[in-house]
Amino acid sequence: MIIAVASGKGGTGKTTIAVNLALSLGNVQFLDCDVEEPNAHIFLKPEITYTHQVNLPVPKVNQDRCSYCGKCAEVCAYNAIAVVKDHVLVFPELCHGCGGCSIFCPEDAIEEINRPIGVLEEGKSGSISFIDGKLNLGEALAVPLVKAVKKAGLGICPNNDQVTSNNHLTIIDVPPGTSCPVIHSVKGSNFCLLVTEPTPFGLNDLVLAVGVLRKLRIPFGVLINRADVGDTKVDEYCQREKIPILMRIPMDRNIAIAYSKGIPMIEVKPEYKKKFIKLYEKIEQLTSG
Amino acid sequence: MKQIVVISGKGGTGKTIITASFASLAKSKVMADCDVDAADLHLLLHPTIRETHEFSAGKTALIDQQQCTQCGKCQEVCRFGAIVNYLVDPISCEGCGICFHICPEKAIKMVDNLSGKWFVSETRHGPFVHAKLGIAEENSGKLVTLVRQNAKLIAEEEEKDFVIIDGPPGIGCPVIASLSGVDIALIVTEATLSGIHDLERVAGVAHHFGIKGVVCINKFDLNLVVTGKIEEYCHGNSIGLVGKIPFDTSVTEALVRGLPVVEHSNNEVTHEVRNLWEKILRI
Repeated sequence: MIIAVASGKGGTGKTTIAVNLALSLGNVQFLDCDVEEPNAHIFLKPEITYTHQVNLPVPKVNQDRCSYCGKCAEVCAYNAIAVVKDHVLVFPELCHGCGGCSIFCPEDAIEEINRPIGVLEEGKSGSISFIDGKLNLGEALAVPLVKAVKKAGLGICPNNDQVTSNNHLTIIDVPPGTSCPVIHSVKGSNFCLLVTEPTPFGLNDLVLAVGVLRKLRIPFGVLINRADVGDTKVDEYCQREKIPILMRIPMDRNIAIAYSKGIPMIEVKPEYKKKFIKLYEKIEQLTSG
Repeated sequence: MKQIVVISGKGGTGKTIITASFASLAKSKVMADCDVDAADLHLLLHPTIRETHEFSAGKTALIDQQQCTQCGKCQEVCRFGAIVNYLVDPISCEGCGICFHICPEKAIKMVDNLSGKWFVSETRHGPFVHAKLGIAEENSGKLVTLVRQNAKLIAEEEEKDFVIIDGPPGIGCPVIASLSGVDIALIVTEATLSGIHDLERVAGVAHHFGIKGVVCINKFDLNLVVTGKIEEYCHGNSIGLVGKIPFDTSVTEALVRGLPVVEHSNNEVTHEVRNLWEKILRI
């Protein structure tokens, strides 16, 4: 079973929920796919036992063999390689690593070399196995690193929903937004928990996230955080769209202060441990049918 | 004309709330929402859309099943795992077109993606350029660039003093597109360990691209120890600290009413936001 914790809007409490759900259940795998700004390690404080570099293959042109025919530039969909008279220019930061230039080079003049884009860290926090990715500063492409985190955690690249049968429970902390890094983080999950807040921003971004999950055909439910601030429009929306509201957490300054110090909420509010276990049971029920 | 972007690294620190207040405080500006995959600024600026444009970027492979002989070459070369059983998964396809080039039967077409829409709008605070990325679409960085180019164009034509940009969270492609070539990046952080962690990363990205970053601490009174650490970090890295905003429920009340907080209340929060804008004007 793979549960993704996502939100659309940032700062609604994804990491808090993902971390505390993992701690309440114990013996789970935790994947922090928010590789641009990974924060789960602040709360789980894992002992990192394995760190390795994640690379993207980029072309390196052997100028001696190159005939400047321009085939590489013709096939590159990302304008990452250009041929100007007797020069080949490579723009590694635009390259997606598809390998087209080297496959189609008639002179066999292109080899691929590794360009580091970030690091992957694996470790343990008590009974929780932990993996996160950290995108290098200035690096634009987060998706290859998200895929690397999922591959490390789930054994196979989670394309085309191949990962749905997995006995172990995996909890994925998803980045904010609705674009490519989010899609690749939630893809292949059995369930997505959408964390929102009852404000116009929370609602607007929840609606966008629901659109993504419906397109990906992933079952989902909503958790309303800071449930007693704002207005009732998130509730009305969920009722109208028949989206289950699985849990509500009221605004609590003590939870916010614990968060600010990197302390998981169940340490200051142990009564929530039962509620998180209950939340998991509800998700199990929703996915078993 | 100056371009100012509001970014944060961590999501939900208050970027949009502050940007909307700047819309209210700045006299001569064009507003731009570059958080194209979860745009919220329109909820506070209430735009009247004047122009709608379609945004198309990138392509997706499509296999003509009539022509396909199931030789499997396309599956072999695709590095994105996007072709399974001679069918393309549009979500995994990155549009590289290698399958299109390699198919011996010419059974594969590359189809343009309709990736979203962008708008030029009028608001009571002046012109506003914003966008909506299509559901589960890619290329948000390119859409950000388009929004920025058009906001800048309007600012130049109408001789405005500022383009004020609401940026996305994170540090990747859309953030880099929001940041490149701006005059000032205001980094909004919060007094939490996650806030400081993400601030350090996004400030590193701004520095990497040679952009002047300044910092505002939102909800600074939540944890004064962390606030102290952020102050130390800014001091140690010669980053200007231009604002400290306390936690106050009036911020959420303003949001629910659909108003920039400076138009909703008159308290310590709004006083600090006004000071913040004054300080940015003096940079």
